Amino acid sequence: MSITSIFSIALGAILVENFVLVQFLGICPFLGVSKKQDTAIGMGLAVTFVMGIASLVCWLVNYYVLVPLNMEFMQTVAYILIIAALVQFIEMFLQKSMPGLYLALGIYLPLITTNCAVLGVVLLNTQKNYNLLESTVYGITGGLGFLLAIVLFASVRERLDASAEYPKAFDGFPVALVSAGLLSLAFMGFSGLKVW
Amino acid sequence: MKKVFTDGLLKNNPVLVQLLGMCSTMAITTTMFNGVGMGIGVLIILTCSNIAISLLRKVIPDKIRIAAFVVVIAGFVTIVDLLLKAYLPALSESLGVFIPLIVVNCIILGRAEAFSSKNSVARSAIDGIGQGIGYTAVLVVMSLIRELLGSGTFGGGLLNAGKGIRIIPEPFPALLIILPFGGFITLGCLIAFVQWRANK
Repeated sequence: MSITSIFSIALGAILVENFVLVQFLGICPFLGVSKKQDTAIGMGLAVTFVMGIASLVCWLVNYYVLVPLNMEFMQTVAYILIIAALVQFIEMFLQKSMPGLYLALGIYLPLITTNCAVLGVVLLNTQKNYNLLESTVYGITGGLGFLLAIVLFASVRERLDASAEYPKAFDGFPVALVSAGLLSLAFMGFSGLKVW
Repeated sequence: MKKVFTDGLLKNNPVLVQLLGMCSTMAITTTMFNGVGMGIGVLIILTCSNIAISLLRKVIPDKIRIAAFVVVIAGFVTIVDLLLKAYLPALSESLGVFIPLIVVNCIILGRAEAFSSKNSVARSAIDGIGQGIGYTAVLVVMSLIRELLGSGTFGGGLLNAGKGIRIIPEPFPALLIILPFGGFITLGCLIAFVQWRANK
């Protein structure tokens, strides 16, 4: 367990194996909440927070409850319940203390529960046998990767709305998907980047 | 009844029209084996969860319905996950984390919320089958296109001892189409095609 391995996990999660653009996790909010940069930042931060806490809590539940009881097959059910409870908690917190962000996120806030990046990071932590520290780092940096991707994409889409010409059939989702494809092409440039 | 079934196939296709379940659609459609396997998995889970939720629709309190739906779905996903691990380990390995992630596939939760929590058991079952076939069809089309252009083969993982039938000779296929970039572009073009047909 060294600093380099932590750094290598972080680098991987943010750039090389970006959750959205390389691993295809969390596409729904990525396409749904990326029309404006402010909401994209809010969403990215909320997801980062949930991913970090979820990684930590799920690791503890897995190793101190499920493994001793020999109930690893219940992992998926347990994880999704933990995530749903966390999101509910964050929703109540935001409603009280940051009503502006709460309104801006709207329907997409409860939908963080069904964001596959969150469940994905927790499942990957278990699959890769990460320890507590590694899991938490992977969760937080994976969220930062999501934040980076969604903010970049929101800026692209703002430009796209302001001045872009494309066939009418591509209106709406298709043009967003094609731009996301180009963004993911750019992220392919990071593949091969490694810290030993 | 017939309308409930055919709606899912084209007019109200879960991926191309409702724009749900994007993650798995783009991530796993690299070979026909993956596309068919994932599609059938979702079809089974969607039908089962639609039936179960329709049966429970009067019991589940409105306030905690989403949590209840998710638990029902997670139960079925766990069953399918374990069955695949036991009987089809090759498929289980190649779909990887995307099998447990069916829990958060918006199609299943979306149908639970929009349809089976309000309709009879028979109608919900038909809806599940129709939507599931619609989803499978999109996966198969996507994987056909991506596999042909990206690796130059047809039926990868299924035909010719898993290697698929080679159509485009070795050095020519554009590997890029198999990579994430190709997933975004292919789905974008498919949806654009559907919109173009609808506008005409």
